[in-house]
Amino acid sequence: MAEAKVAPRPLSPHLQIYRWSWTMAMSVVHRITGVALYGGIALFAIWLVALASGPSAFDAVQWFFGSPVGYLILFGYTWILMHHMLGGVRHLVWDFGHGMEAAQRINMARFTLVGSVALTLAIWVVAFIAF
Amino acid sequence: MADNRADTRVSMRTPLARVKGLGASGHGVEHWWLHRMTAVSNVPLIIAFVIIVAALAASPSYQEAIGIISHPLVAIILILAVISVTNHMRLGMQIVIEDYVHDKGLKIMAVIANNFYAVIIAVACLYAILKVSLGRILV
Repeated sequence: MAEAKVAPRPLSPHLQIYRWSWTMAMSVVHRITGVALYGGIALFAIWLVALASGPSAFDAVQWFFGSPVGYLILFGYTWILMHHMLGGVRHLVWDFGHGMEAAQRINMARFTLVGSVALTLAIWVVAFIAF
Repeated sequence: MADNRADTRVSMRTPLARVKGLGASGHGVEHWWLHRMTAVSNVPLIIAFVIIVAALAASPSYQEAIGIISHPLVAIILILAVISVTNHMRLGMQIVIEDYVHDKGLKIMAVIANNFYAVIIAVACLYAILKVSLGRILV
């Protein structure tokens, strides 16, 4: 019996071959922020379970979130959450068939970044002033 | 009903499978649809979640935190948010796994682990919210 030749299957070129564009960058960031939120929600679960466990567990968790590292995590988490939310809205707009033109795509991608940074700063400023 | 197949004797499919029309994957558009539906519900719930967390950050004592979480409106919003978010993240991570994990056994293990993680997070959050808030009337 003749040996079946296994020809190398053609692969699509990977990320590093393309010139970076706004839409591509924001698409990649959308996925990365989604994965980060996936892990980060465990922090909220830990906080809630500590609250349900009693004052001593709660104080330990609260101390961590009140530390500089905790604040840094919460600030980063705010931006990641806002970016993923705006990116998601962008995807919903596309799902309805709008915003497919080149200029619209790039503007929406830029807005995702600018809007998420603005929202993050606004949330922290308002939180510090109002509460 | 006309049967338009070229030769009905060739097909190995049962009439039920043909009517369902789901193919080899065994499921249709549910994954995509639930991902979009939870994306829509996430938006208002996350906005409310951010406001609740900001209020919590401003009142760091144990009693104040219990008071906020046990408020019915806060508890209901958080429960809805947990259900919506854990489903959304489960579906999203499954897409990521299916994109990058090519080994079939590893892929199945990863998808199972993903489902377990989402359920554990959901149950932990829901249990904690209910334990803190059930039966607690603010006077």
